[in-house]
Amino acid sequence: MSATVAFAGPDAPSGRPPRSVHGDPYQIGRGGGDDTPGHGAGGPAPKRIVVGYGFWIYLLSDIIMFAAFFAAYAVLSGATAGGPTGREIFDQRNVAIETALLLTSSFTCGLASLSAEGRRSSWFYLAMAATFVLGAGFLALELREFAELIERGAGPQRSAFLSAFFALVGLHGLHVSVGLLWLLTMMAQVAAKGYRADIMRRLLCWSLFWHALDIIWVGVFSVVYLIGATT
Amino acid sequence: MSQSTGTGGGIAGQSESDREQMDRHGGVHDLAPGDEPASGEEVASGVRGYLVGLALAAALTVASFVTANGSFVWGPAIPAAIVVLAVAQMGVHLVFFIHITTSPDNVNNVLALAFGVLICILVIGGSLWIMYNLNTNMLPMQMPGMPGGTGN
Repeated sequence: MSATVAFAGPDAPSGRPPRSVHGDPYQIGRGGGDDTPGHGAGGPAPKRIVVGYGFWIYLLSDIIMFAAFFAAYAVLSGATAGGPTGREIFDQRNVAIETALLLTSSFTCGLASLSAEGRRSSWFYLAMAATFVLGAGFLALELREFAELIERGAGPQRSAFLSAFFALVGLHGLHVSVGLLWLLTMMAQVAAKGYRADIMRRLLCWSLFWHALDIIWVGVFSVVYLIGATT
Repeated sequence: MSQSTGTGGGIAGQSESDREQMDRHGGVHDLAPGDEPASGEEVASGVRGYLVGLALAAALTVASFVTANGSFVWGPAIPAAIVVLAVAQMGVHLVFFIHITTSPDNVNNVLALAFGVLICILVIGGSLWIMYNLNTNMLPMQMPGMPGGTGN
């Protein structure tokens, strides 16, 4: 680890050839002056804002897709077809641990963003590694829960309720898996390329993705596990 | 932010990244979602923000679990209480982790979020409404060979 940290120091080798930074090589938008006052003036926004905003739009569309799965679950949560109900199969202790893991990983993800902005490499790698471990722990608990349910004959084909449950929670788990893979590639990219602007933009997108997953999990544990266990 | 620094025409990646961060202090442009306004050098204040968010979110999570299992909320109101706590926690995440604020440079992000929330409410609320009506207005179905209502 220490070797990579040393390699990825802020003073990355500057032998790189100069390249266009704006996608606007002739400065059409900016006209040389950045300090034009007023909103909407001053030319095209920096790429970080454009990229971040575009990814924000994607995240919102992703959340809308989750809303459809939430709607399906809410409609079908009573359709147990004689099979087990939510109250019988949900293990609240397990859910509480999963929630704690994901919430803490959101926190360490924030620390990783701060460390990257402050160019503190060892803190960055430490926070990213902690985020990975916490996320992987969450995923392991969820997979264990799924395996136990399927083993008990409460798999997704048992009832419409269980189909909707596995679809919604499994979709979230799939997102967490993708987020974990993305996390590893971000660590590798920072290690190999340093804190370049494009890498920092990808890091911004990844951290938005990870925080959004935690927001969706708030909905999952509230609607699926807690309300499902009380009614 | 003059172009005179560095090597004539192009700027190396490092200084581009710094420049994009410096834009956050300038105020001409909007903020990217997830970026804090003028967090800059002060890592400590950034950490403090995340810690406050973590504490608030943890408190709301504990409140949700206690509400679901305890008895100090009237039984039939428990689902509503849990939904309220969940919405509050989502708000905490948005403010302290994704740094959505009410400042003018965040208006675009807030508007996009508001539209997303509107669609989510339409999808979830509309589905529940329609399916509730269908369920209450449909005749009970008795399929041959199946005990009443327990589907396939």
